[in-house]
Amino acid sequence: MNFQPGTIGEGAAAADPRPHLVVVGNGMAGCRAVEELLARDPHRYRVTIFGAESHVNYNRIMLSPVLAGEKTFDEIVINDAAWYRDNQIELVSSDPVIAINRAGRTVTSRSGRTLGYDKLLIATGSDPFIIPVPGKDLPGVISFRDMNDVDAMLAAAGKGGDAVVIGGGLLGLEAAHGLTLRGMKVTVLHLMPTLMERQLDEAAGWLLKSALEARGQTILTGADTAEILGTDAVEGVRLKDGSVIPASLVVMAVGIRPSTALAREAGLAVGRGIQVDDHMVTSDADVLAVGECVEHAGQVYGLVAPLWEMCRALADGLVEKHSGYTGSVTSTKLKVSGIDVFSAGDFSGGDGAEDIVLRDASRGVYKRVVVKDDRIVGAVLYGDTGDGGWYFDLLKRQEDVSQLRDMLIFGQAFAQGGGAADPKAAVAALSDDAEICGCNGVTKGQVVGCIEKGACSLDAVRAGCKASASCGSCTGLVENLLAVTLGDAVQAGPKTMCRCTSFGHDDIRREIVAQGMRSIPEVMQMLHWSTPDGCSSCRPALNYYLLCALPGDYVDDQQSRFVNERMHANIQKDGTYSVVPRMWGGLTNPTELRAIADVVEKFNAPMVKVTGGQRLDIFGIRKEDLPAVWADLNAAGMVSGHAYGKSLRTVKTCVGSEWCRFGTQDSTGLGVKLERGFWGSWMPHKFKMAVSGCPRNCAEATIKDFGVVCVDSGYELHVGGNGGIHVRATDLLVKVTTETEAMHYAAAFVQLYREEARYLERTAPWIERVGLQHIKDRVVEDVEGRDALAARFWHSQTFSQEDPWAERVAGAAREQHAHMAAFKPLAVEEMA
Amino acid sequence: MIGEWLDIGWLGEIPVRGSRTVPVDGGEEIAVFRTGDDQVFALVNRCPHKGGPLSQGIVHGHSVACPLHNWNIALATGQAQGDDKGCTPVIPVKVSGGRVLICRAGVLQAAA
Ligand SMILES: Cc1cc2nc3c(=O)[nH]c(=O)nc-3n(C[C@H](O)[C@H](O)[C@H](O)COP(=O)(O)OP(=O)(O)OC[C@H]3O[C@@H](n4cnc5c(N)ncnc54)[C@H](O)[C@@H]3O)c2cc1C
Ligand code: SF4
Ligand code: FES
Repeated sequence: MNFQPGTIGEGAAAADPRPHLVVVGNGMAGCRAVEELLARDPHRYRVTIFGAESHVNYNRIMLSPVLAGEKTFDEIVINDAAWYRDNQIELVSSDPVIAINRAGRTVTSRSGRTLGYDKLLIATGSDPFIIPVPGKDLPGVISFRDMNDVDAMLAAAGKGGDAVVIGGGLLGLEAAHGLTLRGMKVTVLHLMPTLMERQLDEAAGWLLKSALEARGQTILTGADTAEILGTDAVEGVRLKDGSVIPASLVVMAVGIRPSTALAREAGLAVGRGIQVDDHMVTSDADVLAVGECVEHAGQVYGLVAPLWEMCRALADGLVEKHSGYTGSVTSTKLKVSGIDVFSAGDFSGGDGAEDIVLRDASRGVYKRVVVKDDRIVGAVLYGDTGDGGWYFDLLKRQEDVSQLRDMLIFGQAFAQGGGAADPKAAVAALSDDAEICGCNGVTKGQVVGCIEKGACSLDAVRAGCKASASCGSCTGLVENLLAVTLGDAVQAGPKTMCRCTSFGHDDIRREIVAQGMRSIPEVMQMLHWSTPDGCSSCRPALNYYLLCALPGDYVDDQQSRFVNERMHANIQKDGTYSVVPRMWGGLTNPTELRAIADVVEKFNAPMVKVTGGQRLDIFGIRKEDLPAVWADLNAAGMVSGHAYGKSLRTVKTCVGSEWCRFGTQDSTGLGVKLERGFWGSWMPHKFKMAVSGCPRNCAEATIKDFGVVCVDSGYELHVGGNGGIHVRATDLLVKVTTETEAMHYAAAFVQLYREEARYLERTAPWIERVGLQHIKDRVVEDVEGRDALAARFWHSQTFSQEDPWAERVAGAAREQHAHMAAFKPLAVEEMA
Repeated sequence: MIGEWLDIGWLGEIPVRGSRTVPVDGGEEIAVFRTGDDQVFALVNRCPHKGGPLSQGIVHGHSVACPLHNWNIALATGQAQGDDKGCTPVIPVKVSGGRVLICRAGVLQAAA
């Protein structure tokens, strides 16, 4: 993405009238600030970002895992080239800004390019501190700051040999760890008596030192570097006490300094860092600064969490919303696999501070919590850092811990739950602004928000709010949050479809349509199913969703249907089947009755029963005989009644105006029309209709999925009734005046149910879940939407009104009925 | 010579993730399953719960979900899975040259 000289500030820029925001620094803070801005108002500024590095925006703190070989560079990219493109951000990489002209409001880059700005954001981060000893400029002496440094270390490690890491802080130890894993013999030189003395107390530092030595590193504390030896390249390090350590690579990781040169030369107020106010504005109102290069209220920060808070305040300011940054308390974790170290706040003790310490030598656990005036002021954890987030949260909130004091050191589960070590209860108890993901600065509130917006898997949370998307040390917390959040919302919110997936029904349906998926294996592949081919819960659901989404196109998967639908008959407890032929609107005639009687006799059916839906049910048919039964019924003009299916079953009617003295309309006639129009349509669950000729309601239309009650002035359309385990009377959807309208609304309603209800959800729970108003909005208020729904329904019906019995009689899927082979064991014996 | 293994037909006759049945005179019907990864298993066609015809269940992974009450039965062992207890006899089966062969002794045992 390098620019050719002379292209900048012309062309596209001239055509873009928006104020120009120029960002110096394509690092963590600079890009995050832009992300925050885009989230608030994607169109307000035209954005150009200058980066000294040749890369897109990556997660700098993950350089340690890259060095250790636990991640690749691609895995730590935060925003790839497509992000810049999609957001119309110009990225000028490998071209650092070398001067700012505040009077002319321009910046100039090393390649000589000058570019005007309306707002300038400086996010230049830090420069590594190089101790001024002889030999510091020799080839083979590097810092640990960016991807180039990692590449240099990897090149050196490829040759093997000795490495010296100067600095036993967070960065130095992570470098030493990576180099050790890459096969180098590593010596760590640390000036202070204990490692990570700014984060760890002596005891924890000592534990850490022993653990690292056990991994083969040499740790020299109290080691003061005098000189780096070598002529053309590094050969070793000499300490002030005279000892010499051979080395072909020296990594300097002794500290960082805010990168302020550019700002200083431009005349901005600079202390230890570039001075900013609560909205990250520098001494020049049009110049902002954010990240490690700034000084806020006398503080500079060297960790990412505070940067995120700064970026939020900055973006709010840029869109004229005033929140403001008020400083941060920080915590640290060491990213050395297998060694858990956590520290937060101030643990130096001092007046009135009390220490609560727990040591468990055999488990290698050390915990220390520093309490002052009943508030936690610091914590150091070694070996078991699971409660780090909780201590840090109590610390930030300045919570009074006097009640918890006795049990504080045993951790959250113990202190709050009386011993039940339930990690879910632990995350549930965290406050909303407790930090979950340090790498990406995501709080519990943000993760929960993301889950509530529909992310119901780890991947979805990672994609949605980035929590756990980097080093992964917070994955357990995120998983517990998922469990806690979705667990609470089991009735209301999205629940996963089954154990094969972490997505809920609604997500899956949406993705099927959005991504145009066309088969069950494709859905399972794209949505990361955890089983090879699903289970008996998800397969029928997916089959239905695809069928509904792609009428006429999708090839039904027989093996993903429950036996009843596969056999087009109802399985009974003895393994035989019952068969229900369709009787339109509940009407029949002598031919049909005769055919049924003949079938009963011919196949010795032990029972015939009138169903609740006014049809005749023939029991006790063997699987092998089903095709013959259907053939006989088909011959008399009868088709499958779908009494076995998640589909339209029956339309119950009364006799209405034709015979009944109360009847207001032809309820029987309308019932027949409905059944002829709607039969064969697959649904999320079984679906029943009824039409009553007057409010006496002899057809019990008000406990059906769709019921019509005829009245003098027309037709009342009712929905969501259910006579099942939980009896539910219908809600009145609308009143219409003609049969045609009644049919039209019915089609729209059915299609809405087909498209939006979850598989195996009948209309009653569906309506209670989404609310009647939603259905009215879609089917009654929205005229165009109603027409579109109905059109989709009738389109789908052109494919679904094939009698499955007739297809089988014609020979389809014959193997479903015939035995594969048969044995007579005695004969077999004889043959043998 | 028929030998130890009885030829019951082509593998292709069994739908993938489906099954076919083989009745045995005087004995118990056998269900022959074919899984998504093209392995073949045979079980007595009777669920250990209430005798449901396992051949009619949904085959997923190396299990079948009984069509009556959705118990999951492991195809390799016949064992009910999860919290359910019970076992369906397994009949040794193999595929050779595209033909499905079941073990004669197993059939006889199931017949007994
Ligand atoms: C190896 C390593 C491990 C770390 N581990 C952790 C950790 O576990 N937890 C934690 O909280 N923090 C950690 N940090 C610190 C964290 O990475 C920094 O706090 C964070 O990156 C600072 O963000 P920033 O945007 O201010 O600076 P940076 O991310 O450094 O970005 C500054 C960018 O500006 C560019 N730049 C500088 N000058 C110019 C110029 N004149 N023109 C154009 N571009 C310029 C630089 O090249 C750089 O790309 C680690 C840092 C490193 C190096
Ligand atoms: S609902 Fe009314 S019209 Fe229909 S049969 Fe009953 S009383 Fe007669
Ligand atoms: S008979 Fe198989 S689950 Fe009940």
